[in-house]
Amino acid sequence: MDLPLFYFLLLGFAILMYVLLDGFDLGIGILYPWFRDEADKDQLMRSISHVWDGNETWLVFGGVILFGAFPAAYAGLTSALYAPIMLMLIGLIFRGVAFEYRFKSTTSKRWWNRAFAIGSTVAAFCQGLMLGVLIGGTPLVSASPLDLLTPFTLFTGFALLAGYALLGCTYLVMKCRDERQQRAARYGRRLVWVLMGAMLVVSISTAVGSDEIWQRWFGGWHFLWLWPLPLLSVLAARLLYRDLGRVQRQLKAGALPHSRHEDRPFWLAVSLFALGFAGLLVSLFPAIMPGKLSYIEAAAPQASLQFMLPGVLIFVPLILAYTCWGYRIFAGKVEDFTEGY
Amino acid sequence: MELDSAILSRLQFAFTVSFHIIFPSITIGLATLIAIWEGLWLKTRNPLYLQLAKFWIKPFAITFGMGVVSGIVLSYEFGTNFSKFSELTGAVIGPLMAYEVLTAFFLEAGFLGVMLFGWQRVSARLHFFATCTVAVGTWISAFWIIAANSWMQTPAGHAIVDGKFVVESWFEVIFNPSMPYRLSHMLLATMLTAGLVVLATSAWYLRRKEHIAFARKGLSFSLWWILIFAPLQAFVGDLHGLNVKEHQPVKLAAMEGIWPAREQNVPLLLFAIPDPVQEKNHFEVAVPGMASLILTHDWHGELTGLQSVPKADRPNVPLVFYSFRIMVGLGVLMIVVALWGLWLRRREALYQQPQFLWLCSLLAPTGVISVLAGWYVVEIGRQPWIVYGLVRTREVVSPLPPERVALSLTLFVLTYSLLFGVWLYFFRKLIKKGPPPLESLQQHLIGVEASGYALALTKTLQTAEGNNRHAEGAK
Ligand code: HDD
Ligand code: HEM
Ligand code: HEM
Repeated sequence: MDLPLFYFLLLGFAILMYVLLDGFDLGIGILYPWFRDEADKDQLMRSISHVWDGNETWLVFGGVILFGAFPAAYAGLTSALYAPIMLMLIGLIFRGVAFEYRFKSTTSKRWWNRAFAIGSTVAAFCQGLMLGVLIGGTPLVSASPLDLLTPFTLFTGFALLAGYALLGCTYLVMKCRDERQQRAARYGRRLVWVLMGAMLVVSISTAVGSDEIWQRWFGGWHFLWLWPLPLLSVLAARLLYRDLGRVQRQLKAGALPHSRHEDRPFWLAVSLFALGFAGLLVSLFPAIMPGKLSYIEAAAPQASLQFMLPGVLIFVPLILAYTCWGYRIFAGKVEDFTEGY
Repeated sequence: MELDSAILSRLQFAFTVSFHIIFPSITIGLATLIAIWEGLWLKTRNPLYLQLAKFWIKPFAITFGMGVVSGIVLSYEFGTNFSKFSELTGAVIGPLMAYEVLTAFFLEAGFLGVMLFGWQRVSARLHFFATCTVAVGTWISAFWIIAANSWMQTPAGHAIVDGKFVVESWFEVIFNPSMPYRLSHMLLATMLTAGLVVLATSAWYLRRKEHIAFARKGLSFSLWWILIFAPLQAFVGDLHGLNVKEHQPVKLAAMEGIWPAREQNVPLLLFAIPDPVQEKNHFEVAVPGMASLILTHDWHGELTGLQSVPKADRPNVPLVFYSFRIMVGLGVLMIVVALWGLWLRRREALYQQPQFLWLCSLLAPTGVISVLAGWYVVEIGRQPWIVYGLVRTREVVSPLPPERVALSLTLFVLTYSLLFGVWLYFFRKLIKKGPPPLESLQQHLIGVEASGYALALTKTLQTAEGNNRHAEGAK
């Protein structure tokens, strides 16, 4: 396989990993205002306090792969998206420090709750906004940040909020018990509808908005092998909705939910995201700066791509292995442990 | 000076990177110390070592968190504010940073969870392993980022094709001429910085007659630590200076305040006020011939001065000059304190001498201050070049409208000032709270008492539920 394509796919993988992993922990931040009780908030935060740092590292990884393998795209994209990136980073700062300070505070807890919720929401919204902007083509560096705010980009911003919140709900269904689990399942069910609606709107307006993208989906025989994408999404959403409903019903009946129904929603939500991402890839490939540069034009010289290759091939599997190990050590429901350091 | 986007971007980068480096310079050293204490505890079973580790892990955690969030900003700022720089040098710097993420950041983050929260979930040995991994991760991270920075100082191993940098030899890029010196000097600096924080805290407890046994152990340990590393730091710093003289003579001239294009028998300036307009120094306090002796090992050795290059190619001399003196001055102070401690130890008065304890407790911020001063020498001394001798900083900033950078800079100043205050507040709070009492240490350590306890507990709970799927891990 040629190296630029390999790095393009690696970049896609890094972004997807980021969206899935930081997605659920940003999602928990977004859901924070809906869990009023301090004890709830404690458990919510504890369910992710050992993993958020690793999750966010995928964002750094995405950034440096872009930097190392596609310097022109890194330079162009980050400077064109200056305002939303800066705002996202500041959001991430506030939510990141809230993990440390919330548990050590006595009087200022309220403020850390806010920092966590608002920071997560702002960061997620900016990410959705940037997605919307890029679907419409890379803006000029000189374009005012206000030009980036169109109905479509605002919509994608909110849609990503809903998506992350859904991931967060399904994670909580897996990690919590009783009342909290019940609530997460309830919110999750509503969010499935919201997310499916949003995916539909984004897909349609993307396809209608550009002839090229329309052709890619519906021209020639393309749709013949692309139809599984939307179909599987609907199927995943359907199953997800049903599983969450089962958890709710079992809890209402006073029984412990079957663990299959507790765990599966998370993986179904993950597959929804993965399918949506694949759809996006179909629409945008091979652009790395949509409307400006393809990944081939932006690729770094061969020497750089080759130099990174052993690192990627050795360390990415290793990272995945010890990340799984880390999650395994902290397996089980948060409520069953009182831990700290 | 007009506030164009170049100046603003530089200010913003300088501000955010200065904020960032405060935290790594504490966490790298502290992670190392915690790993050592945990290892000593496993070996000797002296509970004081466990107490040290368990106490310092909390300040470590909040500091680490600050390092992470401020670092993420930097990894994007290369592109947002210096887009042309990223485009020109991306093929060199980008892969180094990619290796940093692959080999260090994931490692730190992956094992940090276990180090902080895993006490009850893994065995003592596995916990020690996690702590060591985090410590090693921080060193590896320093290795790559210093390699990238050193390449910008003393570029090597590259070629320029169509105006862009391409790499010819990765070995020469990474182990460029200044890299070994900068890396060892920086790692030593972090060891000192953390050691000084421990020293100051212990001395503060002793002065207040609190947590006596704990504080004595901390004081004694950190004094040995500084006694080893401070003189070593001065030695490495001296070698580093020789390296600067060879590769960045103009920077050296700014550090030493040498104006004439060439000068022999150069004095060592203890104090002076460099004047870039008249191109000379006022109020010199000097040791004749000493600079020549140190840098050329000859009283009459010749050094290059600032006038050897046009004004436009000189850095901001006073900033470099003063920063250098602050760093070296504090370095000398550290050596003095360590020696005084040794002398008191001989006379068995280490824990009683009030003046000494008072001085020690004032040293807490000196490590961080020297680190910042050192970096200002390096970075401001490199100007006007971003890649020394090849690319000028001015030419590679992003073509952003100044208002946008002004706004983000303002946001960063507000956010970071607030967070810095918060960090200090909680750091102080943790220190005031004192170490966990020895008796309760055991109950924090269920997993150590019966290793695998926690995992076993989860498993029993799950079997009770009639399934064992969770054993696969709640991903
Ligand atoms: C000598 C050490 C050193 C220096 C000069 C720098 N850093 Fe740093 N950085 C670290 C040592 C470190 C560390 C010890 O590895 C940190 C600090 C605390 C931490 O969490 O990891 C870290 C964290 C950290 C993170 C977050 C990692 C994560 O997600 O876990 C990023 C993205 C950066 N840094 C990036 C940078 C950039 C772009 C720098 C230069 C402009 C830089 N750092 C200078
Ligand atoms: C961590 C400790 C560091 C500190 C305190 C520091 C400090 C500074 C300062 C004060 C400036 C502004 C100089 C000026 O414009 O006059 C600067 C610029 C810069 N530094 Fe550093 N630096 C550090 C590390 C690094 C590292 C590790 C890198 C690269 C890998 C780096 C890359 C840059 C770049 C790209 C600029 C902007 C362009 C410029 O103004 O030269 N710095 N830094
Ligand atoms: C005591 C004598 C010391 C000497 C002679 C010395 C020498 C130097 C020199 C020559 C540089 C500049 C290198 C360049 O411009 O490329 C430097 C940088 C630096 N110094 Fe020092 N130093 C001393 C003490 C210290 C101490 C005590 C600390 C901190 C605890 C420290 C921290 C730093 C740092 C962080 C840098 C920038 C990064 C680096 O080059 O590693 N120095 N030092």
